[in-house]
Amino acid sequence: MSAKTYSDSYNIGDPANRVDGHLKVQGKARYAGENLFDAPTLVGWILGAKVASGTLTQIDTSKAQAQEGVQAVITYQNSPDQTPFGQPEDMGRFGQSRAMLNDTRIRYAGFPIALVVADTLEQARYAARLIDYTIEPGPISLLRAPEEADVVPEDIDGGYEADAGTGDIDSALANGTRLDVHYTTPNQVSAAMEPHTSIAYYDGDTLTVHSSVQVLASAVDCLSSTFNLPAEKIRVKSPYVGGGFGSKLGLHNDAILACIGSLLLQRPVKVAMSRRQVFHNAPHRGMSHQQMALSASDDGAIHGVQHHSSMPMAKDYAFAEGTGVAARINYKANAIDSQHRVKVVDSPMIDSVRAPGDAIGSLAFESAVDELCRAINMDPVTFRRNNIAPVHPLTGADFSTNNLDRCLDEGAKAFGWEDRQYRQSGTKKNGFGVSVGMRMNIIVPSQAKITVDSKGQFTVHTDMTDIGTGTYTILTQIVAQHFGVPAHCITIDLGDSDSPASSGSGGSFGASSSGTAVLNACEALAARLSELAGLAQGNELVQFDGEQVRFGEGDTQQTHNLSELLRNAGEPAQDSLSAQGEVKPDEDHDKYAQYSCAAHFAEVSVDTVTGEVRVIRQHGAFSAGRILNHKTAGSQLKGGMVWGTSYALFEDLQQDPRDGSFVNCDFAEYHFAVNRDIGELSLDIIEEPDYKACKLGSKGIGELGITGSGAAIANAVFDATGVRVRDFPITPDKVMAGL
Amino acid sequence: MKPFSVFSLQDKQDLSKVASFEHSRFLAGGTNLVDLMKHQIEEPDQIVDLSGWQEAHQISESDHKVTIGALVTNTELADFAYRQPTLSLLSQALLAGATVQLRNRATTGGNLLQRTRCYYFYDTTKACNKREPGSGCAALDGFNRIHAVLGTSEHCIASHPSDMATAMTALDATVHTMNAAGEVRHIPVRELYTLPGDTPHIETQLGADELITAVSINKTARGTQIYQKVRDRSSYAFALVSVACAMHVKDGIIENINLAFGGVGSRPWHAKSAEDYLRGKSATEALFSQAADVELSAAKGSGGNDFKIPMLKRTLVHVLGQAASHQQQHPDHEGAIHVR
Repeated sequence: MSAKTYSDSYNIGDPANRVDGHLKVQGKARYAGENLFDAPTLVGWILGAKVASGTLTQIDTSKAQAQEGVQAVITYQNSPDQTPFGQPEDMGRFGQSRAMLNDTRIRYAGFPIALVVADTLEQARYAARLIDYTIEPGPISLLRAPEEADVVPEDIDGGYEADAGTGDIDSALANGTRLDVHYTTPNQVSAAMEPHTSIAYYDGDTLTVHSSVQVLASAVDCLSSTFNLPAEKIRVKSPYVGGGFGSKLGLHNDAILACIGSLLLQRPVKVAMSRRQVFHNAPHRGMSHQQMALSASDDGAIHGVQHHSSMPMAKDYAFAEGTGVAARINYKANAIDSQHRVKVVDSPMIDSVRAPGDAIGSLAFESAVDELCRAINMDPVTFRRNNIAPVHPLTGADFSTNNLDRCLDEGAKAFGWEDRQYRQSGTKKNGFGVSVGMRMNIIVPSQAKITVDSKGQFTVHTDMTDIGTGTYTILTQIVAQHFGVPAHCITIDLGDSDSPASSGSGGSFGASSSGTAVLNACEALAARLSELAGLAQGNELVQFDGEQVRFGEGDTQQTHNLSELLRNAGEPAQDSLSAQGEVKPDEDHDKYAQYSCAAHFAEVSVDTVTGEVRVIRQHGAFSAGRILNHKTAGSQLKGGMVWGTSYALFEDLQQDPRDGSFVNCDFAEYHFAVNRDIGELSLDIIEEPDYKACKLGSKGIGELGITGSGAAIANAVFDATGVRVRDFPITPDKVMAGL
Repeated sequence: MKPFSVFSLQDKQDLSKVASFEHSRFLAGGTNLVDLMKHQIEEPDQIVDLSGWQEAHQISESDHKVTIGALVTNTELADFAYRQPTLSLLSQALLAGATVQLRNRATTGGNLLQRTRCYYFYDTTKACNKREPGSGCAALDGFNRIHAVLGTSEHCIASHPSDMATAMTALDATVHTMNAAGEVRHIPVRELYTLPGDTPHIETQLGADELITAVSINKTARGTQIYQKVRDRSSYAFALVSVACAMHVKDGIIENINLAFGGVGSRPWHAKSAEDYLRGKSATEALFSQAADVELSAAKGSGGNDFKIPMLKRTLVHVLGQAASHQQQHPDHEGAIHVR
């Protein structure tokens, strides 16, 4: 990482402070639940079903309706007309109808069966308790054993094939030292700090929704599909999102129910999930079985990689996690065989959570690779170094860039891998682990509009979001550098569906996609200004100095007054000038294998009496093309490393097999890493712009930090104790059982 | 949230002015009760708000005893006890519990009366004899990793979550109460809690109108004091198992032993059998292991929490060994072992 940790300059790459930071620390950044319309906002409370499957046969809302402050109790009997859930099929899962209160079928435990709308939250919540209902329970389908998953999903998340491979796996596995292991990972939730919240207001003509959502264009599609409203009559706003982690890619029950309430009452209605409700009313990651067979020669060459994944898929919701992606990309092998199977279950929505596929796939796969290293007595860094794939192991495509070797070398050096010291202090033993991660880079079509006014003030409009990642800041930097203007002359307007459509945030694609669209908009604006100045289009460097615009450099440089240029722009005279930019995946997107990469190192301490694991330090070495802001990038990468500790050691959403409901639905009992669990965090960035990835040279970092980080912890636990826990998370009881 | 009325108590004598204690709850820090009210698990008709009761914020001290007002916060008490070798256990336990934010709010009386963290107690769609007598116990055949192995019944296996109460149980603290009629009681904390039996909704022997006014602790727990808490993560996690131990060893013989367990009992578990077994004997690892077996002979797992029995034994043997070894090296040592 850059030695600088703060910058007054907002050029690309500078470790500049977040431009929205002061708003956030002062509480002036308004999150979804804090936006008020002129009319008073009513509050809705969700009543969830007690069982995971069945039919609602009776519901009596009369007592609830009679309570003070209650404006409406909405059930399937009086909800507005909606398109059936999941229609139309061709809209994709985030654009389809997410109808609620539309029929009597119970789809999962906690499934909303009524919305109580009242003047206050307390009134609505109390009234909901007075609703009497009967559900005729149906059979509950859950994934109880890996062999029950026998459905081949149409595709898996990321657009991959469910089954993929190369070479003759049987002969590859028959050759050399073979390892057969079965790993499991539990259900997990995103655990965003801000629970899912929406305020909707239908004024009889237009439906406006303040929501906490990562992608706006598909959110508008979703509401249009659900309520049969034209898209131009729907506006979704999400300028600040208090953490998404995949759970806010689409709209969820809060948004649909708030709209239902408002469509019925034509007043603003807010629905904020309580923390407990988030667990059932927003998506989670399904548990996984990962059966692996690996083989290697004694000199450390991988022969065969077989990875078979079994996971649940929520009924009527076609999302299958690509748990095998790490096995397909991390190393070269004579043969690779990756397979995904699912079982359709009666479960709350299963969807993306923090690096879908990569997080739990790398956790199991890189643990298994560590076992293979041990089996042939090879240093796990050297082993990984020797097996780096020179081209994509499955497709044979060249990498646009691949710095995994440097990540391993420089990471090992910075961490002190060669000089690692084993200590026993009292009952505590330390150990060290390594793992790697490869995270696919993608560009998603994005548009942006930039406007400059006669005072030299710039405004960027795009429906992109900032989910805490730093979008406001990096887009500011792109404009600041392009026109040589200070950050305070630039306003980035995000999170409004009326603005040009962007990728939104997710899949590590947001920065490069929206950033390139903004860069292209800047170039288009510069070209238009050059044209107005009577210069050849597009070749000049265009720099602003207040209201003066300088074109070109050196001898041919000329300066124009901005107001005069704008006067040239049209009749009548304009006081501002706008230009659009967009980006789409180009041919390099398909021609090259584009990945960012990571090497993770960890030291842990294990109490040999109690089995408690504490992380002493984590070091990550990352390569993700050009870094747009070393501060926000570093924060994201460190955040990912923290999640690595979290899912390796703590996170476990327990599902009661009797009724399919989740058991530990609060942050006291759903454990993720807290401050005290995190040791020393350090990172190095090996920076090499990748212009095949995008014009900015950047690649995705959002999910890079988490990819592989957990396995380094798990491998360190083994190193310390000789105990290999294959059923994550690695809790004290499981370690103790092996001591 | 169910509508409720509020009575503001300024002094304990105000108890007599409260019209009725039916469906009434005392509100102190609110870190547990308010959550439970939001979740509609506790649905009182009346709250007796203690925030104006100034007298209960005091800690008083004599040569032999400290008396802690019911509203002394966990942070204040931890700070006070930290400087008292005979109360070291209490400080260690308090600081191992919850988070700074919670400890700043939570009170001494409230901490003692906090409810279990059983998942099924918190989920109002599930059977729970503690929340709804006669409805059954979903934890028995459900997820019971955090549940109790000592003092349970076929009606309830919920564990008591308090670290503070575990330390107070080891230190043989006394709970001072007063009721609406002005009657005062001094109840040993070891007798405060009732076992679940077939009435798990009854958790203490306190009457509905009986207010905890203070907790007193005699300065008698001699020797080295250790509170070891085993938990899933390093902060903001309840104990899987915990051991509170004060041990005084003279000439290799255990002269004085105070022992209690957290995370494993339906109430803060006074390990009386183990204490009796250890007292007066020569401090050896074999003895510690036998003492653990004596105390744990009645322990019963429910599947998910079976691991607590070996985990408690390992932790107990380790803690006893550490205390004994420290006592032997430093015969007059009082209080915590400070490493580093």
